[in-house]
Amino acid sequence: MGFLSPPPVRKLPLAGEDTARVVEPNGNGASSFVSSGRRAVASTSLAVDRMQVEELSIAYGSKLAVDSVSLPIRQGEVLALIGPSGCGKTTLLRSLNRLTELTKTASLKGRITLDGDDTATFEPTSLRRRVTMVFQQPNPFPMSVFDNVAFVLREQASRRPRKRELKGAVEDALRRAGLWDEVKHDLAHPALRLSGGQQQRLCIARALAANPEVLLLDEPCSALDPQSTQVIEDLIVQLREEVAVVIVTHNLQQAYRIADYVAFMYLGELVEYGPAEQVFGAPKQERTREYVSGAFG
Amino acid sequence: MSVATPPAPKERRSARDSSASWRWTDRLGLAFAWVLGVMFLLITVGIVIYLMVQGIRFVKPEYFVTSPSAGFSESETGGFLDPLVGTIVVASLAMAIAFPVGLGVGVWLSEYGRPTWLARITESTVEMLAGTPSIVFALFGVLLFQHPALGLFSQSTDGVVYGRSFFAAAAMLALIALPLVVANVREGLQAIPGHVREASYAVGKTKIATTRRVLLPAARPSVVTGAMLGVGRVIGDTAVIILLLGATLKIVPAEGPVGELRGTGSTLTSFVFQNAPTGEANQPEKAFAAAFVLLAMVLILNFAMDVVVRRGRRLTWGS
Amino acid sequence: MATQVHDDPGARALRADRRAELMLGALVLGVLGFVLLLIVFVFREAWPSFANNGLLWFANGDDFDREIEEIFMSANLLQEPVYDFRAWPILWSTIVITTLSVVISFIAALFVSVFVVEFAPEWMRRILEPVIRLLASVPSVILGLLGVLILVPFIGEQLITDDQRREVSYVVSLSGYSLLAGVLILSLMIAPLMIAVFVDGLRSVPRGWLEGALGLGVNRWRTFWKIGVRTARPALVAGTVLATARAIGESIMLAMVCGGVGFAPNPADGLIFFLEPAKPIPAAILQASEELTSPPMRDTIFAMASILLFSSLVLSLAGWAVKQPMKKYGVRS
Repeated sequence: MGFLSPPPVRKLPLAGEDTARVVEPNGNGASSFVSSGRRAVASTSLAVDRMQVEELSIAYGSKLAVDSVSLPIRQGEVLALIGPSGCGKTTLLRSLNRLTELTKTASLKGRITLDGDDTATFEPTSLRRRVTMVFQQPNPFPMSVFDNVAFVLREQASRRPRKRELKGAVEDALRRAGLWDEVKHDLAHPALRLSGGQQQRLCIARALAANPEVLLLDEPCSALDPQSTQVIEDLIVQLREEVAVVIVTHNLQQAYRIADYVAFMYLGELVEYGPAEQVFGAPKQERTREYVSGAFG
Repeated sequence: MSVATPPAPKERRSARDSSASWRWTDRLGLAFAWVLGVMFLLITVGIVIYLMVQGIRFVKPEYFVTSPSAGFSESETGGFLDPLVGTIVVASLAMAIAFPVGLGVGVWLSEYGRPTWLARITESTVEMLAGTPSIVFALFGVLLFQHPALGLFSQSTDGVVYGRSFFAAAAMLALIALPLVVANVREGLQAIPGHVREASYAVGKTKIATTRRVLLPAARPSVVTGAMLGVGRVIGDTAVIILLLGATLKIVPAEGPVGELRGTGSTLTSFVFQNAPTGEANQPEKAFAAAFVLLAMVLILNFAMDVVVRRGRRLTWGS
Repeated sequence: MATQVHDDPGARALRADRRAELMLGALVLGVLGFVLLLIVFVFREAWPSFANNGLLWFANGDDFDREIEEIFMSANLLQEPVYDFRAWPILWSTIVITTLSVVISFIAALFVSVFVVEFAPEWMRRILEPVIRLLASVPSVILGLLGVLILVPFIGEQLITDDQRREVSYVVSLSGYSLLAGVLILSLMIAPLMIAVFVDGLRSVPRGWLEGALGLGVNRWRTFWKIGVRTARPALVAGTVLATARAIGESIMLAMVCGGVGFAPNPADGLIFFLEPAKPIPAAILQASEELTSPPMRDTIFAMASILLFSSLVLSLAGWAVKQPMKKYGVRS
């Protein structure tokens, strides 16, 4: 890939602008190069299927939150789950690394696979190491910046690593999250005294420290100011090369800015799934059109 | 969007977060937690059941209506009417002091609290009171109520003040209940969001009116919980009773007005103490019977507290 | 104009407000004054005993119970009051009993509360929680009664062998009324207190932190141990301080099960140490309280009480100090 990323310029598309691109639903490794004005960083030519959601239904008690949803999750692409609040997108996201199991009333039907293996057969902890999660509210642990990142490394190792060994890994994770330059002088700084944007990037660093294969982001920017949001969006776009990224957002502009594929959910159902250009530019479903036009006028 | 053949959507068991793959220290910790948890459950449930069984075995209805008296056999020594009355009287008196004072201090700490240094001192003082042994209060009470100036609260003979009475005991027991009332009132008030106060000020209510008409009703579950915790501590205390109530078997009124309250008596706790094998009377059956009644009182208090808290949760702001 | 302002309801309300604040302030000052009076009185009464003994007050003497007896009698014989007092046996008993039971119940309470909050099956939690609260409010005299009727005979008949009895018979007789009985019952008494406070603390750990760790593939035990317990440290400190205060001040129960012999259990005796009788300060005060009429005795009793008062002062200070460094990393108290 010869693309270097210049500062991304993000414009909303004009109505009727042709943003369609070649779509190959199950195109493992299929070329889907596109040059849209949407984003300066083009999607990778190599998208690999990592996870499959098959006929997934999730209920809290008797209330159905997700109703037989099927979709693929690919590395090399950013998948955005959009929809009005309460449509089940967060529940779907949480089920991907089985965090829904923490809610006692939740029951699950269907299948989620990671590289072909049913996630239900995984040990939750080992699944969650491969599929990590960043939450809506920045939730750095009440420790120092260093310990926040090191925590994951320490807890996942089979024996307790020494601080010297951790340093490189911590630095690497902080660099990947674009936080290193801001915190390198004082790694002992209490994490909760960082700004909101820094806290969220720390959480991303923490999630990356484990070298996950899939990164789940649950409205990571909803509590942040526009500048921090921009920084994190840039980060997400860069990350998709290394990990499959799934992001839940209620901000359609954000989804448009960063997503390669978009899944629109409504009342627990997956209404439409497709390339971002198609979902935003030429939605097939009437409900999608209504929802999307609400944001784009 | 169709994906590869979906399997039949049926409920399946998924792999639990089994501890098999954890580090051995983690597994040891979990095992330890289980062992201790189960052990604790067995011990506590065992104690409660044992006390219940012993109590029901030995308690007799006539104990509630006969006064205790000195004697050699179980049939001669009577019941525990006086200690029961003593417990109720001393607890009511103590709460009559501790509740208003604790409410005032709690309100001041939460709503006023100026100057700050005074608030901080008050806080530490209340905290210290909570940690002060009741026997110290009891000794202080003896010192205080033997002072001639406070002679009217107890009996005096030939100018020597006895210093032991329901009044004296209740005053010192109030010190035990006070920190509990203060802490709960304060916690309840502070849990009320600031906008509630602002809303009340916005319609022109003064601070004190806001506190009385809006905040305290909203904080009622906490206030009542504090009072009940206070009652629980007061009826369970023995040291103050033994030193300050005289721990006479029967209620012995003093001469003069409100002689009963200026006189001496006993409570269920001191009754249990005296009837234990280490006490003077040594009648374990009676001790068990009285302990059972005491335990029943505590149980009822706990239950009432549960009801108050649960009902309060329905009416006030969520967490 | 002036009369109008005077009658203005707003002004009147403000005056009422001011008056209320002053009254509440006066109440607070009254309470503070009363507590100050308590502290001053106790220490003033205690002074003669300290002054007469100097630092030897804290030393070990020959026979604690005989000292008490002599102090008491000295008032009756119209002689110079006797103040000779060596408090080491009761100080040592208090230290040993409090330390052991606080350590035992802390470990138990920590694991039990983690178990209750995170790992116990629902039905067990439903039983445990109310039972813990009930046990925390059981009057100590009832636990003392249980100790005297069950634990003490058990120790006396099952745990103490004749050999052991003979071995220490020249210093003290072993009856079952012992340090061990005191420590066990006291642990049972303060553990529920700790658990109640710990459970509250662990419950209020923000869900986001726990989920954050779980979402990164940290197992449940580590998550709860490293994030939950760590975050709840202020509650752990608060609960431990509360329980320690209760342990130091417990008089009735310890007077019932510890034997009431003014004897300092000797760790050099090996395991018999735990079976030896003890007399912690509050129990000593309680047993001597009938002798308050003798002035030198009274001063001595108040000297013992002042140690208790001092320890509760130190304890609340220590609790405050321990919580300070935690605030830096955002661990709320």
